[in-house]
Amino acid sequence: MTDSRAIRAKAQISFTINGGTKTVQAHPMERLLDVLRERLQLTGAKEGCGEGECGSCSVLIDGMLVNSCLVPVLQAEGSNIITIEGIAAGDTLHILQQAFLQCGGAQCGICTPGMILAGVHLLNRNPEPTWEEIREGLSGNLCRCTGYTQIIEAVAEAARRRATA
Amino acid sequence: MRSDSIVGKSVPRKEGRDKVTGTSAYVDDMVLPDMLFGATVRSQIPRGRIRRITFSPQINWDEFVIVAAKDIPGKNCISLISDDQPCLANEVVSHPEEPVLLLAHPDRHLLPQAVAAISIEYEPLPAIFTIEESERRSEIIWGEDNIFKTYLIEKGEVDAIWEDADYIVEGEYTTGAQEQLYIENNGMIAAFDAAHGITVWGSLQCPYYIHKALMALCALPAEKVRVVQMETGGAFGGKEEYPSMIAAHAALLAMKSGKPVKIIYDRMEDMAATTKRHPSRTHHRTAVSKQGKLLGGEIEFTIDGGAYATLSSVVLSRGAIHAGGPYFWPNVRIRAKAVATNAPPHGAFRGFGAPQSLFAMERHMDRIAKQLGVSPIEIRRRNFLQPGQATTTEQVVREQINLERLLARALEVSDYQGKKEKFAKENQGGTIRKGMGIAAFLHGAGFTGSGERYLSSVVGVEGCADGGVRVLVSSTEFGQGTKTVLSQIAAEALALPYENVSMAQPDTLEVPNSGPTVASRTVMVVGKLVQSAALGVKQTLISSNLLGDAYNAEEFRAACQEYVATHGQLRSWSRYEAPADIFWDDQKYRGEAYAAFAWAVYIAEVTVDLTTCGVSVDDFVALQEVGKVLHPLLARGQIIGGVAQGIGFSLYEKVVWQNGRMQNGQMTNYIMPTATDLPPIRVFFEELGNVYGAYGAKGIGELPMDGPAPAIVNAVADALGIHFDFIPLLPEDIMDGLEDGREKEGLAASSHQSALGLAGRIR
Repeated sequence: MTDSRAIRAKAQISFTINGGTKTVQAHPMERLLDVLRERLQLTGAKEGCGEGECGSCSVLIDGMLVNSCLVPVLQAEGSNIITIEGIAAGDTLHILQQAFLQCGGAQCGICTPGMILAGVHLLNRNPEPTWEEIREGLSGNLCRCTGYTQIIEAVAEAARRRATA
Repeated sequence: MRSDSIVGKSVPRKEGRDKVTGTSAYVDDMVLPDMLFGATVRSQIPRGRIRRITFSPQINWDEFVIVAAKDIPGKNCISLISDDQPCLANEVVSHPEEPVLLLAHPDRHLLPQAVAAISIEYEPLPAIFTIEESERRSEIIWGEDNIFKTYLIEKGEVDAIWEDADYIVEGEYTTGAQEQLYIENNGMIAAFDAAHGITVWGSLQCPYYIHKALMALCALPAEKVRVVQMETGGAFGGKEEYPSMIAAHAALLAMKSGKPVKIIYDRMEDMAATTKRHPSRTHHRTAVSKQGKLLGGEIEFTIDGGAYATLSSVVLSRGAIHAGGPYFWPNVRIRAKAVATNAPPHGAFRGFGAPQSLFAMERHMDRIAKQLGVSPIEIRRRNFLQPGQATTTEQVVREQINLERLLARALEVSDYQGKKEKFAKENQGGTIRKGMGIAAFLHGAGFTGSGERYLSSVVGVEGCADGGVRVLVSSTEFGQGTKTVLSQIAAEALALPYENVSMAQPDTLEVPNSGPTVASRTVMVVGKLVQSAALGVKQTLISSNLLGDAYNAEEFRAACQEYVATHGQLRSWSRYEAPADIFWDDQKYRGEAYAAFAWAVYIAEVTVDLTTCGVSVDDFVALQEVGKVLHPLLARGQIIGGVAQGIGFSLYEKVVWQNGRMQNGQMTNYIMPTATDLPPIRVFFEELGNVYGAYGAKGIGELPMDGPAPAIVNAVADALGIHFDFIPLLPEDIMDGLEDGREKEGLAASSHQSALGLAGRIR
């Protein structure tokens, strides 16, 4: 953790988040994860390890899947951020969120937001992934409950549903 | 059961929508006005006397709330089974992560420097770190003999069997510590005011454990302590007992500061300081007839409990009772012992002692098979428990379980024989070796012996003012599906739609003590109570003439509304009563250890790469009999998840210790399986039904943790022809095994004795 007194000078940082523009006053080196959770009350991103290993804090920045615990907020200036809160369209769940419910992809739920963002990221790039490609696409996100199978099945199910929609 | 039965269907998870949208509230998502953040100053040495504590002048300590042992209003202990673990060390520290002081500050970023600015001077004392050191008693660190607990289970005449044995097979097996590694670290918030007392919100399994601990610590009556479970991001036993410590710390800081205090561990603190699976050592000495029948044996099961007693006695009990596996032992003596070392206390982790002793049993069965020259299939088949036979504690198997049939089906779906033949040919050349391994096992559901009777759990079901039904239990959801399955049971009992049933948040102000959420007891034991409490609601409405015997959901809703409007409240309670035919002798450790066992046969297929010494699990068959499966999707998820943790336990997860302290407390160096590491895990259920559980269910949560380690290590041994008797089994261990030309399984007795001190003799 950094000494907040040493970096007391705040910067004005603007970005688009879940479709809306936000400007925050933050220390440039503050972690994007903390800005999301503490200043924007977007608590769907979770801290599991704080060192970019578990993927629970995953968000999309300009379409890229990143660990928000490793991103100084200054780097997000001018970017387009999507968090788990921006995945559903109002009350209508995203096709992958529906598939998670149907396939048992969420157990304790703590890795779920990050997993869903990893899955969305994969499906955006590769709408019809193979089983192997799904495993690979989720391998940066740790889950201790499911053994991954039902998460992989959920991603496959979402791809299938989208293909047949 | 109705034709439109709700149990047996994969209904939507109650809290599923909140989890997939990220709106579920975990403790770190909760913020209270004026909240401070707390941190823990821990001992840095494994054992010693505290001489002096110095606060560096570089920090403005006036800004901090500081709590020491002297600030504890009640008893300085974390009350559990025995009260030996201090909440804050006072004079002596007994392990290197022992809490000494607590700090709180409004800016959480200032805490790490403040913790580092406190130095503690010690008079160091000699410390011990292994089971063997503890047994030598060169240092007595706990009680009079370093022993937390012993058990003796005896059946038949063990001393008389050795003379006539055709074979005596001996082996020793060890398992390492394992971190639960829930993805949500431990955390608590506490708030205090004189009128309401202390309230804590947190990530936890057992609200009433914390309730009890806080009453003793804070010297407050029951009504002045309130514990609320927040959404909990994984637990696996790791949030059974340690949350009482964190709740205690947050409570002390809140009482001293008069402000709410949040303590959230970071990953390294969580891994280093909180509990892990007990390391174990199991010694088997077994007499076998030339027909391959177990004549009897001696089993010594020893676990390392760490510095304080905590739950070790109970873990030991379950491990000891499961040590004989699913086999018929005409004669057996099981000596079990939990010893103290200067490491942080080891604790609950899915399986609770059974994965350790069953690893030994199932490796030993393969060793016996080799010794006798029979197949791993045959040695198991000849010794499986049959209905009517008695377990090691003399519990007669009353279920019509047919383990031979389970084994036959597992062999078939895994294509065991076909693969064995194929691998025998393919393993001749090249740098790839493949193998198949079997594990047969059982897992008792619910508390052991008299445990459920002592717990005396209470469950409530409420007919609400809006006509809906609410289940009141202290059983917690942390991924397993507690809310979903208990709602299914209530809906089924009342013949109502699943959607009409909701679950009260586990809050000790609101819900009765339905016991801890552990021991694979929730569906079987608590579920049964939910069923009967639900029927009580219906009975009240019928006897009040508000409802007929046959009703629909709307009539039920209207009746409920009317009853509540008239009487104020409609609640029905159900308390656990031990079945009359269950007998348990705590002194002799004999009798009905569990109301039901789940039974399983798991088969692993592995590849060992002789170049990298890496092991990959290529296929995994998990076949089990768990009674009625109430929710197939959740049940399958439990099995797959448990097998994945078992694969980690076998092949990946090694806690590196130095002087009682975990050295690899990060996800970068403590390695758990990722999505690319795991095989297809194929799950099969057999459903016999069970008279004790709700709608025939048995416990399921812990079972899948027991089988993977022995199945996988048996498969590796099969692939390489090398005997491995420990886990975790890492590539470097396999390299050592290959290079040493270590004892090949089935070699003559003399080489056993010279190589590893293992006795095997053939008459």
